[in-house]
Amino acid sequence: MDEFVKSRIKQVRKGDQNAFGEIVELYKDKVFQLCFRMLGNSHEAEDISQEAFIRAYINIERYNIDRKFSTWLYRIATNLCIDRIRKKKPDYYLDAEVAGTEGLTLYSQIPASQLAPDEEVSKIELQEIIQNEILKLPEKYRAVIVLKYIEELPLLEISKILDLPIGTVKTRIHRGREALRKQLRHI
Amino acid sequence: MNRCPEIITEYMHEYLDGEILPEHKNILTVHLKSCADCRQHFQELEKSIALVKSISHVQAPADFTQKVLMNLPKEKKKVSVKRWFSRHPVLTAASIFSIFMAASLLSHWSGDDFSVTKNPDLVIENNTAIVPEGETVTGDIVVKNGDIRIDGKVDGSVTVINGEIVNGESYMASAGQVTGDIVEINEAFEWLWYQMKHIFESTMNMLTGKEK
Repeated sequence: MDEFVKSRIKQVRKGDQNAFGEIVELYKDKVFQLCFRMLGNSHEAEDISQEAFIRAYINIERYNIDRKFSTWLYRIATNLCIDRIRKKKPDYYLDAEVAGTEGLTLYSQIPASQLAPDEEVSKIELQEIIQNEILKLPEKYRAVIVLKYIEELPLLEISKILDLPIGTVKTRIHRGREALRKQLRHI
Repeated sequence: MNRCPEIITEYMHEYLDGEILPEHKNILTVHLKSCADCRQHFQELEKSIALVKSISHVQAPADFTQKVLMNLPKEKKKVSVKRWFSRHPVLTAASIFSIFMAASLLSHWSGDDFSVTKNPDLVIENNTAIVPEGETVTGDIVVKNGDIRIDGKVDGSVTVINGEIVNGESYMASAGQVTGDIVEINEAFEWLWYQMKHIFESTMNMLTGKEK
């Protein structure tokens, strides 16, 4: 697979956009998922993951072909997500799909809080709760938790993506886990 | 839990990172057996990880790749041209040929040194070739980057590139003094056209076996 990616990147460097299309196909789900779990909103997630691929294309000359392409791509995407979170004003789209749900919007979530406490929590609701708890994490913990437990990446790769020493990554994961523990223990 | 050493929590995280040393693992195991608070803490950590991992994986929208490609900066001309060429090999060959042709022909044009067809009867003066009075020059004359003055006769054509034909005193008779064509070329394009015509003619002559 690395060889496949390398050969496509060489094509892309010659300006071949069709070859870049193959790269997008290969990584779109992972990048979209990363953005979706970081931002919690499919509109924004699509926006940012599109932007990540476009930036990768524009800056393809700066990519070191001897390193792992996905690391470089995730780095672009993560940085864009963190920028977006920092700039983010409380701009909730009421009609946007709620994180982790299919067809559920914030409109439908408003009365949801009035559900009887003994009502069985459906799988979709549970996913929604978990996603919302992830979104409550400060972005530096959120990034490591998403990369570690949703993208399932090794610590070393996370440290390369975030350009942080591995010790810092570990500390952040530990704190992120403790925060999640407090938020999720009553579920 | 509050009385338990911090290090126990550290070991829990080491364990969860999959990087715990065997001796740390022993200490942790022993401690968890005896301490209900720490056991609960550890279970809560494991539970929250399991919950985070459980959220289903999402997929990018169906038209994602197409949208990315649509929003890329325009493909470098180089590539689309290259692609076009690889689809039209004959035209490619033809256009490469004409590029080389034009380049080599234009390279003749670009020099600005005065030059004239060698002929013993021609007199050269200040970038002007002179056909002296009473003389008859046999053969075609080409003058480049200079003028020609025809006082005598030319038995052939006269071509002046980047210059002009200066008529001598016997202006009236000058037309009759050249038996062939009189051509003045002052633009690169005309020069090219002249060369092409010239090549075409000589090719035709070659093909028909006619001697020039």
